[in-house]
Amino acid sequence: MIEEILITARHNPKIDPILGIWTWEISVYLFLGGLTAGIIFFVALMNLLEKNDTYNFSANRLALWAPIVLSIGMTTLFLDLEHKLYVFRFYTTLEPTSPMSWGAWVLIIIYPISILQILSTFRVGYPVLSGWLEKIPFASKLVDLSERYIKVISWIAIPSAIALGIYTGVLLSAFNARPFWNTGLLGPLFLISGMSTAAAFTVLFARSHEERRLFTRYDLGLIGIEIILVVLLLINLATGTEQQLKALEFLTTGGGYAVAFWGAFFFMGLIVPLFVEFIDLVQENRTLAILGPLLVLLGGYMLRHITVNLGQETSWQNYGTEYSVEALERVNKIYKHGLN
Amino acid sequence: MTIRYAMVIDTRTCIGCGDCVVACKTENKTPVGLNRDWVVEATRGKWPNVRTEFRSERCNHCSNATCVTLCPTGASHYWRDTNIVLVEANKCTGCKACIAACPYDARLIMHPDGYIDKCTFCHHRVERGDDPACVSSCPTQCMHFGILDDAGSKVSQLLKTRNYKALMTETGNEPNVYYLT
Repeated sequence: MIEEILITARHNPKIDPILGIWTWEISVYLFLGGLTAGIIFFVALMNLLEKNDTYNFSANRLALWAPIVLSIGMTTLFLDLEHKLYVFRFYTTLEPTSPMSWGAWVLIIIYPISILQILSTFRVGYPVLSGWLEKIPFASKLVDLSERYIKVISWIAIPSAIALGIYTGVLLSAFNARPFWNTGLLGPLFLISGMSTAAAFTVLFARSHEERRLFTRYDLGLIGIEIILVVLLLINLATGTEQQLKALEFLTTGGGYAVAFWGAFFFMGLIVPLFVEFIDLVQENRTLAILGPLLVLLGGYMLRHITVNLGQETSWQNYGTEYSVEALERVNKIYKHGLN
Repeated sequence: MTIRYAMVIDTRTCIGCGDCVVACKTENKTPVGLNRDWVVEATRGKWPNVRTEFRSERCNHCSNATCVTLCPTGASHYWRDTNIVLVEANKCTGCKACIAACPYDARLIMHPDGYIDKCTFCHHRVERGDDPACVSSCPTQCMHFGILDDAGSKVSQLLKTRNYKALMTETGNEPNVYYLT
């Protein structure tokens, strides 16, 4: 038997008794970051394939969503910072060993790329808005330039989108102190999941029947790859170190994440949409065409939510503690007001 | 890194009184509810063959500190070419990556300001040639502090002559707080 207990007061907020430094703000940011990566990737792909006429939403209109979605994500990321006024410090250095530092700079690169993608497709995608925009001096010249270099923009956008998508996973996998995160599979898993959510997003909002079918097919392929990556992740944990085996217990018998992981993520977020989207392709049912993508988006968020929370519960150490905040408060009360 | 400072703590003479924790709070004026060091009582075996050790724990000032490598702004850094890990408050965004990166959970969020705080090995005292507050206040003198690479230092001598361990060396962080067993 080994029993290790803390015998002096230690109740550092968000660290004891279980690490809880990152909550919904980070899960939402990772989800929206992945979605943005997928959006930018598909916009670039459709423009490289010159599908502007056939697939109007993804080629011409989808680009506008990337900075909106990313900005919401970056807002929640900002909300998570404890020392908010110093946020500019991300951009006074590049720390080569820190994925978070690389990510901060990738986000800065993503914005101009995303704006150029919007400009290069604005006239076709949003003719009314484009009319207003071109009243601004030089705006029409900028749109002309973006349209001329649309292929170059797309070729730069693809690796940038992949970098953004992978970074959202590598950000977590770099922490060897948290055994559940410490696997190289998180990068590709988050990338594929992000692309899958972007495909689902397109299926939800595209008006063209052919376009919805194409992106449903893309999504089916991406869900298939995601399932393989999830299985590989589980194999990796099951054949890992003692700490990783303990992390796996959270997903199986020993932890409170089994229902969320298997029910909300794996079954409702991957398996059910796989069948629903397949049936939709064969039978063309409008209800299923909405249900499938919605479940994919829900599954995408659940993956981040579970990963962020569970990762923090897995640790190299788990001290028992007899220190109680409530007991201390009672003592304080007696000290201040007496026994009455 | 040219100078490696180490702390050597004798678990055979530590009585778990917690004076080191009080000394740290007094010296560094850490706010109520926050602690940079703590004491663990570890019991192993099955009765009647049980053995208990007390360990005064804190940041291990690792030679390969993941909190330093993963900090996105360079706020977590090594002090003056030593292994003493410090946080520069005006570079810290409070992103908490260093907290996630520390396998010892030795960092804390400074309230109400929001920057990240931790044990500094009392570098302001070390600079003057004094021991950290926890070491100098220990009533059983079970804590020792010094330069690891100096063969004549007390810490080097103790590690040469006694059995010792460091915590979770398998993380690869190369901790510099040692426990004599």
